[in-house]
Amino acid sequence: MPDIELVNMSRHICRNVDLRIMDNEILVIVGTTGAGKTTLLNVIAGVVGYKGSVLIDGVNVDKVSPRRRGVGYLFQGLALFPHMTVEANITFGLSAAGIEKNAADERVSSLMEMVHIKHLIHRYPHTLSGGEKKRVALARSLAPSPKVLLLDEPTASLDHQTAKYLRTELVPLLKKLEMTTVYVTHDLREAEEIADRIALMSHGRIEQVSTPRDFFFDPRNEFVSEFVGMPNIIECDRSRILTSGLVEVVSDEMTMVLPYDGGNIRKIAIPPDDIYISDVKPPGPALNRFTGKAEEISRHGSNVRVRVSIGKNGLLAELPASAFDELSLEEGGDVHVVIKLRRLRYVES
Amino acid sequence: MNNESGRLQSAWGALPVAVFIMVWEIVGRFDLFPGQFFFPPFSTVVKEFYHLTANGVLGKNFASSLVRVLIGLCSGSIAGIIVGVIMGWRSVINRALNPIISLLYPIPALGWLPLLMLWIGINEMLPITIIFICSFFPVVYNTVTGIRNVDKRYIQAAETLGASNMRILCKVIIPLALPNIFTGLRLEAGMSWRVLIAAEMVAIPTGIGALLMQAESLVRVDIIMVCLIVLSVMCLLFERVFVIMEKYMIGKWSNHA
Repeated sequence: MPDIELVNMSRHICRNVDLRIMDNEILVIVGTTGAGKTTLLNVIAGVVGYKGSVLIDGVNVDKVSPRRRGVGYLFQGLALFPHMTVEANITFGLSAAGIEKNAADERVSSLMEMVHIKHLIHRYPHTLSGGEKKRVALARSLAPSPKVLLLDEPTASLDHQTAKYLRTELVPLLKKLEMTTVYVTHDLREAEEIADRIALMSHGRIEQVSTPRDFFFDPRNEFVSEFVGMPNIIECDRSRILTSGLVEVVSDEMTMVLPYDGGNIRKIAIPPDDIYISDVKPPGPALNRFTGKAEEISRHGSNVRVRVSIGKNGLLAELPASAFDELSLEEGGDVHVVIKLRRLRYVES
Repeated sequence: MNNESGRLQSAWGALPVAVFIMVWEIVGRFDLFPGQFFFPPFSTVVKEFYHLTANGVLGKNFASSLVRVLIGLCSGSIAGIIVGVIMGWRSVINRALNPIISLLYPIPALGWLPLLMLWIGINEMLPITIIFICSFFPVVYNTVTGIRNVDKRYIQAAETLGASNMRILCKVIIPLALPNIFTGLRLEAGMSWRVLIAAEMVAIPTGIGALLMQAESLVRVDIIMVCLIVLSVMCLLFERVFVIMEKYMIGKWSNHA
């Protein structure tokens, strides 16, 4: 599958965007509402006008109409044709390409099987659930064998479980099809789950394009750091594998046992909201628990940030103001810290 | 259970009509209406209906009116849909024709009658042309609205799926505009009968409207009432035909588009 390149592209809020999406890559564009993510997809698909250039597989497609760009597009609102059955929706692109009926039927059948919607063949879109509609829209956009696939918030408005289920199916499918994919979402965790690389957009500009890991360990600027939740980066002095899936890491006075199925760890990123603080020693085994000093306490909207020093390490913890108000913590006072193991990220030696 | 409740609803719907007919019969039969000469009971009207049907007068006039309505309504609607689709699809044509349509649309169809009598004379073409005009403009208006209101996302989706402009028009835009188009057709189906009767009463010697005028000159209130009942039933029937067509063609999805 080909690569995509945007050169000095401008449209609405997007200004002078340069971006390259590699062959067979899943690039996830994240950003807040109004950042210009959908505009970027619309430009690649050619359904809106723009300045600058778009190259697909090295070929400039600025003058090529959307119908000849070879782009599959799953729109945010899905845009399933309400007057057509599921089968007719998926067949639409194949008939448009002049593919003969037998071949088209075969392709539709295999696509429906691939996304598990064969039982919905004669149903109309309004009778489907949110998840089923997304699957139909995905099958429809894949039907004409596009060169690249654009997915605009494919899991939006789905419940958490359905969204996760869809994602776990989607990534292997895209990899199997070797599809160059641009995937838009506002959810960084979702992006991390599926992306080969992540592009963070803000106000029409690309702030950073890098691997999910680099977003945490090497944020290019404060905006990126804020967006990923200003993780605490802990440099490790040494680490050793305890058993398969467990690593002991030492950083100055802190010794942590972490779930990790890899080699030795050089750096750890801990999100501030994954650090639990208390004014009394928490019950339970003394694993990943430390006592430090509250260096600085500051309020940020409905949250409170507490900067804690443990030996040479400094940690930033963030908790809701309502939870903080129940603690009797003061700057300079002792504070007990527990590190949650939910969203830790690592860099190996 | 649903069928039962449907039948019950129909029965309740027919009840006011039955009561109305009963009151009519009593008022007519017992001369309760001042100037009872002009108010025959329902049974007399039914008898006259039978008589007019048996001697072929009603059938002949009804057939004349029906043919005029069918030709006028069909040609007006088809022309309206074609012009509406072109205007809705191509902005340039819409910009060119919209001011003209906007000027002509508000003119009542019967307002054209004096002009058309001079232009095409008093012949079969006159009521057909009036009905054509009566159905053409509203259908154009509704079709343009329907076409232009089709969500742009559907068109963009069809484009990215490789569809040609003509395919997008035929397979996506026109089907999605059908609810609006049917609204226009449904309204004009009944209206065409009303306009026809008026045209026949004024200028044409055959048809239900002409029969009405003859009955008036002979002070035959019973025949007038027969004609009015026929007119009422036909208006209702034509509207129902389009409702059924609409339900058949777009009922499966139109409420969810």
